[in-house]
Amino acid sequence: MFSKIWKWIQTFSSPKYFYGTAGKLIPWFAAGALALTVWGLYLGLFVAPPDYQQGESYRIIYVHVPAAWMSLFIYVAMAVSASVGLIWQIRLADVIASASAPIGAAFAFIALVTGSLWGKPMWGAYWVWDARLTSELILLFLYFGYMALQSAIEDQRTADKASGLLAIVGVVNVPIIHYSVEWWNTLHQGATVTKFDKPSIDTSMLIPLLLMALAFKLFYAALVLVRARNEVLYRDRNRRWVRELIQKL
Amino acid sequence: MGGYAFFVWWSYGITFGVLLWLTWSSLSSKKKVVNRVKRAMKREAMQQSNQVQ
Repeated sequence: MFSKIWKWIQTFSSPKYFYGTAGKLIPWFAAGALALTVWGLYLGLFVAPPDYQQGESYRIIYVHVPAAWMSLFIYVAMAVSASVGLIWQIRLADVIASASAPIGAAFAFIALVTGSLWGKPMWGAYWVWDARLTSELILLFLYFGYMALQSAIEDQRTADKASGLLAIVGVVNVPIIHYSVEWWNTLHQGATVTKFDKPSIDTSMLIPLLLMALAFKLFYAALVLVRARNEVLYRDRNRRWVRELIQKL
Repeated sequence: MGGYAFFVWWSYGITFGVLLWLTWSSLSSKKKVVNRVKRAMKREAMQQSNQVQ
């Protein structure tokens, strides 16, 4: 069983095989993301009722919360990929980590900006140095740090190792972000969806939120494959299969 | 939007603006990579023909 999985990993992690397979998967992920976004936005903006306390302003939740979840999910995916790259020397894992960083940074930025736009009418301020907001800002800086290391070091292997280590060390920030609303007194509201007993959000509001979260996941899947394919082409630019492929383009 | 239109629409505008920009930049970077490799291949071919001469 284990040997079969290992064989599959080795086959899929071959850059040439990955390039072809990813090319086939991208349209499916992109179409799914688009369909779910349209469905989620329709339910979230036109069907879900206004909140009894926050009124219509709560509708920011449908972009803010999925973006914040994605910023954490992508960071963990990046750290896991970087670990695989460091431990098993699978080059494709480093490519995935490197392709994920700008997407994760974009989602962290969206979470911060939309949170700020939600904070102004609810808290009376665009920004407060609150535990949740500050730890999310640190996450954005970790993404920037990863990208800066990738572009600052010329030797790709060294760049992957250095940025991979930063990604792994920085993963400690993920539980801090998640539990910050429980560990410290913050203005930010506590967990509503991820509570284990029962989510404290009505189903009519929860369904569009989950649809948007799934749409963002599929968007990430499509985009990380697009970026990873570009990265594979560039890293393997001196290999025969890339040269043959480029001659055909 | 009950007086919150500015905050709600800006949030959606920024979100989809950033995601569209990210999509565009990811798709356009393939062209850059392909052109870069093509240029390198041309350079190498020219160097080889110069060495033969």
